[in-house]
Amino acid sequence: MKKSVFVGAFAATAFVAGMAQAQTLQAILDRGELNCGVSTGLAGFSAPDANGVWQGFDVAKCRAIAAAVLDDPMAVNFVPTTGQTRFSALASGEVDMLARNTTWTFTRDIDLRLTFVGTNYYDGQGFMVTRELGVSSATELDGATVCIQTGTTTELNLADFFRANGMDYEPVPIETNAEAQQQYLAGACDVYTTDVSGLAATRASFEAPGDHVILPEVISKEPLGLVVRDGDKEWEGIVRWTLMALIAAEELGITSANVAEMAQGTDMPEVNRLLGTEGDFGAMLGLDSDWAVRAISAAGNYGEIFAANIGDQTPIGLARGLNAQWTQGGLMYAPPFR
Amino acid sequence: MSTTTDQRYTKVEPRKSFHLSMLLYDQRYRSITIQVFFLFMLMLGAAWLIDNTVNNLRALGKDFSFAFLNNPAGYDINQRPIEYNSQMTHGRAALVGLLNTLILAVLACVLATILGVIAGVLRLSNNWIVGRLMTVYVEVFRNIPTLLWILIFGAIMTEAMPAPSAFRGDAPSASMIFNESVAITNRGVYIPAIMFERDLGSFQIGPVAPSISWVLVIVIIAAGIWANKQLIAHATRVQNATGVRPKTWWKSILVLLGPIILFFFAMGAHLEYPELRGFNFAGGTHLRNSLIAMWLGLGIYTGAFVAENVRSGILAISKGQTEAAFALGLQPGKTMRLVILPQALRVIIPPLISQYLNITKNTSLGLAVGYMDLRSTLGGITINQTGRELEGMMLMMLIYLAISLTISGAMNVYNSRVKLKER
Repeated sequence: MKKSVFVGAFAATAFVAGMAQAQTLQAILDRGELNCGVSTGLAGFSAPDANGVWQGFDVAKCRAIAAAVLDDPMAVNFVPTTGQTRFSALASGEVDMLARNTTWTFTRDIDLRLTFVGTNYYDGQGFMVTRELGVSSATELDGATVCIQTGTTTELNLADFFRANGMDYEPVPIETNAEAQQQYLAGACDVYTTDVSGLAATRASFEAPGDHVILPEVISKEPLGLVVRDGDKEWEGIVRWTLMALIAAEELGITSANVAEMAQGTDMPEVNRLLGTEGDFGAMLGLDSDWAVRAISAAGNYGEIFAANIGDQTPIGLARGLNAQWTQGGLMYAPPFR
Repeated sequence: MSTTTDQRYTKVEPRKSFHLSMLLYDQRYRSITIQVFFLFMLMLGAAWLIDNTVNNLRALGKDFSFAFLNNPAGYDINQRPIEYNSQMTHGRAALVGLLNTLILAVLACVLATILGVIAGVLRLSNNWIVGRLMTVYVEVFRNIPTLLWILIFGAIMTEAMPAPSAFRGDAPSASMIFNESVAITNRGVYIPAIMFERDLGSFQIGPVAPSISWVLVIVIIAAGIWANKQLIAHATRVQNATGVRPKTWWKSILVLLGPIILFFFAMGAHLEYPELRGFNFAGGTHLRNSLIAMWLGLGIYTGAFVAENVRSGILAISKGQTEAAFALGLQPGKTMRLVILPQALRVIIPPLISQYLNITKNTSLGLAVGYMDLRSTLGGITINQTGRELEGMMLMMLIYLAISLTISGAMNVYNSRVKLKER
């Protein structure tokens, strides 16, 4: 009798543990808040502003998803994660998703059991040095001291790059971008390496950005993605298609300014399907029909988010480059809403 | 005697049959019942934890395997006591980290012991200023978290020292000290290294390849110390027999230093000085900022605790011992060395063991300043790149446990040698 109670308790525990995996959406609805894992602070991508409100390119994705799911773009609890803590935070359920500079790689996708829902930003690893060093190419960096964030793909690319070029270097492992910035500015390392977007964002926050150059070599492909846990198709679908909705919205000419008007109905069927006036795509995701309208109203479409946070009108000043729409020579390509 | 019992007056209880309720109400069985019950609960708790882990791992689709230790690590480590490059395995990287942990622990233990003994003795000084200064040292360092000290020393090294480029040019703003042999930069301290012209190469023991020359150096020094001990023991025997102690100081110096100097001369030992080359200094030995920050942070912080241990040990010896030693005509220095300290050691050693253990465990704070110890390699980058949190953490805990138990065991052996011999 007693034994069966314990067996029952074990079974119940295992069952509950299994269920928790599959019900991210319900958990978010019950909580009334989306737990979004972001970086510990990277200007333009995710950093709190003067009022303590998180702002940035990655942050806007979290807000769009919160708007789609909870009808409130501000209902997001931002959890700063380092390169070392991000995957544990996601796997343990501390965060529902990661929207930070996380590179989509084979081992992370397959071996770490993460699901990359799509590419948020196409990036590559670069090097930043001070202008007075007089270095014009990364191949002249033999013997240099390099500051690097540990637990990242950049660490592995760096080792490969220097080995392939037969050069020596002295790695200085550092946990966060802020510490790396301080070490680099103090001259404790000659070179700071991370994704080019991160270098541009970091440089923009320097007192004299003109004194620093980003070397022309881009030594890796770094598709930065939104990440969720494996095994919850419903939640994976919501995150993936909210991102796709933002990208498709730019392609289809839906902006935060005209989304309300277009949601009344247009003569373009794909816009109608996306904005919920035709078909029931929202219900298929487990949301209501206005989900995409709310997501796009939160911070605008992909292009608007890019321009407002990291585009060439901002201090970060990144060109669209690979991140332009496929119709304009870039790689941003949302699958059809059909 | 009173202990013998008289059979006639002993109340013979009738043998009662055993009831189940006796397990709870009979004092003879109650404690066993409770212990069995708690042991059962404990095992149940452990079973639940293991079952939960296995289930959750299965839900995540992960298995439990240490095979990742044989995969290429892919990352570089700056401080390499043994040969390592990014193509070697995660296991090798963990070994490099472990050696870095041990190097730091030994350096910090030595520093803490030296500082602690000096500060502990001086705190008892009759000189008011010296005593108060040591009080300030102990109280300031003991009462601020060690992580802060590590970060402070790290920041001082990074922010306040000149960059290597400051040593360059016709009118450099910084210069090397000690006759152009030591360079203190914001990337660490470069000191001369001892090199052998006729090096004997190295030999392989398992995964490491120590240099034959340096192993010989250690052997010669150990042999010198042993010979010196014999010499002193002989002097004591002569003194006991004749009452006159033969002069041993020149023999000691000869035995301790002679062979090692001869060896260095035979091997063509010379100093390799650091010099500015390219971006950094090259040659010599590079003590990185991270190592220096950890060494000073842990050593000085723990030194304050050791100082208190030493002080308590000395104060534990009654004043009568000093007075008796003085009455026998011993000088103050000899009184301390021959009478007070040997007795104080038995009070000092046990808490000193836990300070050494603290240092060893606190080396895992290395990540804060980028020191590539076991926590940063196996517990940091390897876990992060392979996603084997459970295996990595368990392995790391096991290694720290093994190191701590070894230190504790060795120190306990030493303690049993110095503790009061009761006959």
